[in-house]
Amino acid sequence: MSPQHRVPQRLLPDPKIVAQSGPISPQRLQLRGLDQALRRAWGMTVTRMIQEVQASGILGRGGAAFPASVKWQSVRDADAAGKLKYGVMNADESEPGTFKDRVLLETDPLLPLTGLAIAARGVGADKVYVYLRGEYRHLLLPIQRAWEVVEGTVPEAVIPLEVRLGGGAYIAGEETALFNSIEGKRPEPRLKPPFPTVKGLFSQPTLIHNVETLANIALAFRDGAGPFRKYGSASTPGTKLVSISGRVNRPGVYEVPFGIPLTEIIEGEDTAQGMQNGQRLQAVLLGGAAGTFLTSLEVAEAAYDYPALRRFGASIGSGALVVFGETDSLPEVAQTLANFFAEESCGQCVPCRIGTVRIKEMLEQFSLSERQVDLRDLAQTMRDASICGLGQSATTALMSLLDRPVLWSKNVDRGKGAV
Amino acid sequence: MEIEESRQLTIDGEVCQVPAGTTLREACLQVGKEIPALCWHERLTPANTCRACVVELEGSRTLVSSCSRMVEDGMVVHTDTPRVLHARKGVAELLLSTMMDDVNAPELQKLAQATEADPAHFRVGETLVQPIRDDNDLYVRDYSQCILCYRCVAVCGEDAQNTFAIHVAGRGLQAHIDTGFDRSLPDSDCVFCGNCVQVCPTGALIGKTEWSLRQENEWDEKKIQVTETTCSYCGVGCSLDLHVLNGRIVKVTSPYNHPVTQGMLCVKGRYGYEYVQADVAHLQGS
Repeated sequence: MSPQHRVPQRLLPDPKIVAQSGPISPQRLQLRGLDQALRRAWGMTVTRMIQEVQASGILGRGGAAFPASVKWQSVRDADAAGKLKYGVMNADESEPGTFKDRVLLETDPLLPLTGLAIAARGVGADKVYVYLRGEYRHLLLPIQRAWEVVEGTVPEAVIPLEVRLGGGAYIAGEETALFNSIEGKRPEPRLKPPFPTVKGLFSQPTLIHNVETLANIALAFRDGAGPFRKYGSASTPGTKLVSISGRVNRPGVYEVPFGIPLTEIIEGEDTAQGMQNGQRLQAVLLGGAAGTFLTSLEVAEAAYDYPALRRFGASIGSGALVVFGETDSLPEVAQTLANFFAEESCGQCVPCRIGTVRIKEMLEQFSLSERQVDLRDLAQTMRDASICGLGQSATTALMSLLDRPVLWSKNVDRGKGAV
Repeated sequence: MEIEESRQLTIDGEVCQVPAGTTLREACLQVGKEIPALCWHERLTPANTCRACVVELEGSRTLVSSCSRMVEDGMVVHTDTPRVLHARKGVAELLLSTMMDDVNAPELQKLAQATEADPAHFRVGETLVQPIRDDNDLYVRDYSQCILCYRCVAVCGEDAQNTFAIHVAGRGLQAHIDTGFDRSLPDSDCVFCGNCVQVCPTGALIGKTEWSLRQENEWDEKKIQVTETTCSYCGVGCSLDLHVLNGRIVKVTSPYNHPVTQGMLCVKGRYGYEYVQADVAHLQGS
């Protein structure tokens, strides 16, 4: 990264701290300043806490970029006379190309769990849940032990925490499907409104945040909103964990400030270190399976921030960047994505249940140009009429590909799946 | 006493006032706009799965399902924009792409006609065509005609019967109604109340008698006479509609507006009618 965009690691622990302390030790909590974050939070009124979140400008890191403070206020305000309230950490990280929550929970679980404890206090939650992706079961005990460390620091913070393991369904990461899963039901998304802040888990007001969002909340309380905003852009304060995979020299999870040029993430010495074997960049799939393909020209122009990406019809999503070289067939990638959505649709609503399969079949049997009209026609129905984000965005990547013929029209001779 | 609050909204340019707690679909009906729906049923909690009832709500990124979205003050709703019509047509085409043309699904066929849907548009692969399940004397399951409206699940569960014998299993296009490990109905928790058959919008669940007569081309809606009576089995007093074809009872239903049954029956009321038309001479052993 250029000096201008170089940031000290905040979400990821400093290597020195890692060398000095175990990830689930009280020492780590202190070295990371999280005891201070907890004490600051417990020294505030809840009104003041919500103001702090608002001042920090934290947007949800799960993909929707919803302002965290708005959720807090809504749960706080939810009429809960005699009602329980819940806090939930969404650790069902399942978006293809996304693995930053795993790294965060493996290397420094105390950070997001401190954020969870603070958030629970901020909204008056009586119990918190961690919904953990089934494949991350090795993190179940560490999370429980990390919670004990947090509780040991602020004994008055003690509220029950329960870790629930997912069973492998992508859709269970959708917040209302996740509630159904915790309740022991099929993970089918619910109709919104009512929103989770009003009627969430067990029909109670519920605050649900992604792991990384809670990590940011812990940092905002540790440093205060002003220092928190030192990095990132004015509209999107803070840093972001990106998961880079594909044809780069050093795939992995890196912490970058919002607003950094995309090229710097791909080329940076302290990030992905450029393309493998000197290949030329063809495209980046930004935001995961439900993300957007950007051409190499667009990548060269784009900055990693919501307003800047909107110009390309793209978004940060879950923070995934899948990098493709010039020899990769993107129509084949589109087919892989279509298989994924057909496999992961829960089957509840017609546009997604049948639409995802028809998209998959059309990509298997025809070239993109042959069925372009039908693909667009079906994508519109799915986008407009599906119940949840899965069906609404299952064709986003495909449509972004169709809108960029430079990414597929040259693959004329590749036969089925290509054009 | 609770004072009834009202909500003001605009539907296709017409300002109207409806009580709070009204769904958009009901509100549309009140101003004379009938919105199609396949999964919605007057007696059941909206499942909101068919998406045929979507309307355009200003300020909403996606279309909204009018069967389950409650009215709010100031909503501006459009029921027949190109986007709405496109989505409805898409729903019809997608459902038709999974089944044969000869299905017994009047509501779906009506939607297809109204939207000028092309049944072949998305017939590019997998269908739900499968063998009929005929494993008991009371009703037949033909899941080739199932549109997964969830009505049978709702009626078997909390909306009426509280038996919970069936639920949706599998995901994506493999999602289907399951008796629990795909058991036959007699081996399942089914109590044969037939309420699922009553609410099924297609021929996916159908009484064995009706199914057999249809197989032999002897089922004729026009010739069926309906006789109202009260069930003779117990003291509850369920209202029965006996559907009589050629002097024989071929189906029993109950009206949804009946205060006792609200359309729902038990196995005796629904299927225990054969004694009425038993061969008396045979019984007397003459």
